Amino acid sequence: MSEPSLTAPHQLSYTYKRSLGPVFSKFFTALRDRKVLGMKRRDGTVLMPPKEYDPDTGESLDEMVELADAGVVTSWVWVPKPRRQQPLTQPFAYALVQLDGADTAFLHAVDAGSEDKMSTGMRVKMRWADETIGAITDFVFVPAE
Amino acid sequence: MSDDKNDPVEIFRGHVELDYQYTAGVSASRFLRAVEQGKFLGQKCPVDGRVYFPSRGSCPMHAVPFGDDSTVELPDKGTVVTYSIVRVPSENIPLELPYITVQVLIDGADTALGHVLDANLDDVRMGMRVQAKWKPKSEWTTSMANIEYFVPIDEPDADYETYKEHI
Repeated sequence: MSEPSLTAPHQLSYTYKRSLGPVFSKFFTALRDRKVLGMKRRDGTVLMPPKEYDPDTGESLDEMVELADAGVVTSWVWVPKPRRQQPLTQPFAYALVQLDGADTAFLHAVDAGSEDKMSTGMRVKMRWADETIGAITDFVFVPAE
Repeated sequence: MSDDKNDPVEIFRGHVELDYQYTAGVSASRFLRAVEQGKFLGQKCPVDGRVYFPSRGSCPMHAVPFGDDSTVELPDKGTVVTYSIVRVPSENIPLELPYITVQVLIDGADTALGHVLDANLDDVRMGMRVQAKWKPKSEWTTSMANIEYFVPIDEPDADYETYKEHI
């Protein structure tokens, strides 16, 4: 133990491709067209993000429905110091957002400017990128009212 | 993501980047400082005498800590115990395809080292005798990158019986 331990920066990085399958392919293709598709279950409730199978019954799902581009924050956390590769470079909120017409909430970023603009129950709407490519990063949320 | 605005989006392209500060620890630091001097160190288990290479902090079989007195110096020659011919590119591996990855059982060691072999694809085989090809000494650092690859050497193949426990 005479000498100190060696230490060095180490970056692990890799790229990969994943085929989206029929449901997510439609979902991301619609995002490119600035539309959001959820998945309707047999009981009429709508899953967002859409799923290929009903998580309760396991039955196959294929009825996709267009949702509003606005919704309600059901939970959130403020990110004061964004890290590289997070969706925004300025401070932002990660939030669970339930879109109008959906029965489940999904995680995304809210570009609210400051933490005091955030509250559970607040309305948010999508702000689309100038160029959409069919990715979840094609939009972020902003406060709606 | 798609190249054509009219094609359906069928593929997700992921990119993972994780930044670490890697701390080698006592044993790997000792090993890498030896590699900087052009030496291979293994660690001999005081219980059963098995030699672990690259050296590590304790015996995984007997949970005995390896101290400085467990250290043994090993040659840079060994035997190919298994290999694979790689024909699929990896972004982080700059070698020209196809290339050969090998598990080399260094003489005197009981665990094999994964590396790359510079040889004809038709020549590589289990039992082939190989040796480390080191970078020029002026470029040596505390890194396994000091070894560019392994190369075949003009020695008779090792007898299967001598390495069959190490495949």
